[in-house]
Amino acid sequence: MFEDLTNKLETALKKISGQGKITENNISDSLREIRRVLLDADVNYKVAKKFIDDVAAKAVGTEVLNSITPGQQITKIIFDELTSLMGGSYTEIKINGSGITIILVVGLQGSGKTTFSGKLARSLKSKNRKVLLTACDVYRPAAIEQLKQLGGQISVPVFTADHKDAVKIAKDSILYAKENGLDTVIIDTAGRLHVDEEMMNEVAAIKENLQPTETLFVVDSMTGQDAVNSAKAFHERIDYDGIVLTKLDGDTRGGCALSIRAVVDEPIKFVSLGEKLDSLEVFHPDRMASRILGKGDIISLVEKAQEQYDPDDAEELEKRLRENKFDFEDFLKQIKMIKKMGSLKSILGMIPGLGSQIKNADIDDGQLVKVEAIIQSMTKQERKSPKILNGNRRKRIARGSGTSIQDVNRLIKQFQDMQKVMKMLNAGGGRKNPFMNFKNFKVN
Amino acid sequence: MNLFKNINFNKLKDGLTKTRDKLVTKINETITGKAKLDEEILEEVEEILITSDIGYDTATRIIENSRVKLKAEKDRSKLNVTDVIKNELISIVESYNTNSEFNRLDQYKPYVILVVGVNGAGKTTTIGKLAHNYKQAGLSVIIGSADTFRAAANEQLEVWSKRAGVEIVQRSIGADPSAVAFDTVSIAKKKNIDIVMIDTAGRLHTKQNLMEELKKIKKSISKVIDYAPNETFLVIDGNTGQNALIQAEKFSDVTDITGLIVTKLDGTAKGGVVFQICSQQKVPIKYIGVGEGIDDLQTFDAKSFVDALFDVNEVA
Ligand SMILES: Nc1nc2c(ncn2[C@@H]2O[C@H](COP(=O)(O)OP(=O)(O)OP(=O)(O)O)[C@@H](O)[C@H]2O)c(=O)[nH]1
Ligand SMILES: Nc1nc2c(ncn2[C@@H]2O[C@H](COP(=O)(O)OP(=O)(O)O)[C@@H](O)[C@H]2O)c(=O)[nH]1
Ligand SMILES: [Mg+2]
Ligand SMILES: [Mg+2]
Repeated sequence: MFEDLTNKLETALKKISGQGKITENNISDSLREIRRVLLDADVNYKVAKKFIDDVAAKAVGTEVLNSITPGQQITKIIFDELTSLMGGSYTEIKINGSGITIILVVGLQGSGKTTFSGKLARSLKSKNRKVLLTACDVYRPAAIEQLKQLGGQISVPVFTADHKDAVKIAKDSILYAKENGLDTVIIDTAGRLHVDEEMMNEVAAIKENLQPTETLFVVDSMTGQDAVNSAKAFHERIDYDGIVLTKLDGDTRGGCALSIRAVVDEPIKFVSLGEKLDSLEVFHPDRMASRILGKGDIISLVEKAQEQYDPDDAEELEKRLRENKFDFEDFLKQIKMIKKMGSLKSILGMIPGLGSQIKNADIDDGQLVKVEAIIQSMTKQERKSPKILNGNRRKRIARGSGTSIQDVNRLIKQFQDMQKVMKMLNAGGGRKNPFMNFKNFKVN
Repeated sequence: MNLFKNINFNKLKDGLTKTRDKLVTKINETITGKAKLDEEILEEVEEILITSDIGYDTATRIIENSRVKLKAEKDRSKLNVTDVIKNELISIVESYNTNSEFNRLDQYKPYVILVVGVNGAGKTTTIGKLAHNYKQAGLSVIIGSADTFRAAANEQLEVWSKRAGVEIVQRSIGADPSAVAFDTVSIAKKKNIDIVMIDTAGRLHTKQNLMEELKKIKKSISKVIDYAPNETFLVIDGNTGQNALIQAEKFSDVTDITGLIVTKLDGTAKGGVVFQICSQQKVPIKYIGVGEGIDDLQTFDAKSFVDALFDVNEVA
């Protein structure tokens, strides 16, 4: 649905080419395009406006570089600006060295507070904290039961009461923790609207009474324009210390992250990427920036690697992928580039959804070296048309690369599978990116 | 038959006050005292529309249409501009507002409604509210808890079934949701119940396996009754931005959405994205949620919705 921003900008910026400098005049079309991208990504109207003005101020007067296109140049400026806007500040949560650490979790209805509370409990428990979950949502049907079940899943005790005084439950749970030698209390509260005076008073009272170490505001990343209002209202009343973005496992562009950062000067501390309790991650502003721009996180890797990566090559590669012409020659180029960018593990770790799995997986960069060696032992012709790789040729390649025939066979098989996937993706109009194949590339 | 006639229209207004306050007051602020429709006004109108989550394209289209219409007008005073925009908005949602499953209740018994949507949108709560309303209207209702995934989803729906005083069918957590749906519809058929509602687990439209699961649920329903489900309601959180468009598209792909329900409109979110969904998916908006209580559900009516929007403003 969203075309690549850079492409749009290329069109808008055609007229800049050859003018040497970016000026207010020649940039105006592209600014309109950027504005539209931001609005489509749910960045708040006013925030988008301000952002565009800032970008324009930065871009105007810049020399148009020859090495990259003006579109890429402006994309880069936007990307950097977005990244810096969403990053900054201290993003770890505060944990008291001694005494009790209290974490208060607040937000609108259905944003993901209870699930996040469970995730945080799990994560802190694995860091040897003695965690207690407190069920202060006395309103939503079965909310207490929900937290109890989540606690059960991770063997973390859950403090509940059968009265409706949320402030008292919160206070009592702290006593309970102290009496039972627990050092971390996570308070799950009911969802509430920022315009609900009574409910806002309640959560303000909890905060007042508990003086939590950390208060976190949980936001559904699919939130639209109104994110600024709720985030601001909650901040004015509750003065939270950080933001949690949930449901980023979907395909929302997540512009609300920028909107919220623009109206509330608190860092985004966590992102939640699924319904199960193991999908909690720290926030990466650069990934969020590329997501908002509709470029996909993996594409942003390309951007990050701009120094190593020739944009002409990238374009060519994408074209080849689109036309199902991707061959071993292209594969080799990619491997070379990836090696320049860092370890395979670190790169895969940047892919959303894959991150947590990758952390525990044992990925051997030596495998890449092997693959590289195998491809290098192929002739030009073999690389271009892998179909001709018969038994004899495979044997020769194995010998030449110092690998086994099985290694060669496996690589060719994987390559063919990958081509099939690419074909399917192309047919389905799915997102194309030059790294897609690595999801399918078995590394160990 | 209008089942929801007990609904207090003022409540709709109350619930949407913030929506209207912002959207309409601003349009009028903008327009009042300015006889001429200049670019500045249109820009402000654009802001009002876009901050309602109507989306860039729709906002632009409405403004363009209004511009054309207003060019032909001599009187560009406040009322006129308001009317033009109001009518634009109404026409978008009204074209598909065929209204009411209730006209078809006589033909189908049981009448089966499947409720779907992303996580936390308000499906379960809405089912509770709907059950209550159907019951109030003298219909027999059974609800099936096909959310066998989320912690305490069963217990949550059970509370609602008690509140509404309707029967419920459940299985243990981890059970096959299609089996629950199958059971529920079978029991309804046997007991000659008027309305069946199936609650499903929240799922993001990007999860292929979960979308397949929805297909399966639907299929198992039609195994019992070939015409069922009669309706598939997509529940959308009124806070949602442009992602709701893709949600509607993807859920439609697997389940043939027949109507939308927009929730949480008692806050300051505007829910404007439904204008786009209506025109893209060609489905009506059925109900809106304006609170967490059992009575906080309103029948959606395009004209009253937009009228109410503008009414408040004229008072203010
Ligand atoms: N203010 C307000 N809150 C609502 C409304 N509808 C639902 N909620 C609340 O939103 C939260 C999520 O509602 P649920 O009914 O559990 O949503 P769901 O779609 O069934 O959620 P999952 O099954 O977990 O995906 C609950 O806290 C509800 O009380 C509404 O119209 N207004
Ligand atoms: N896909 C996805 N679903 C989530 C995520 N976080 C929470 N949910 C789901 O969203 C719904 C509401 O979450 P819940 O924790 O009950 O929200 P609360 O009302 O704020 O406490 C539930 O169906 C959760 O399973 C997430 O990061 N991704
Ligand atoms: Mg909760
Ligand atoms: Mg539910």
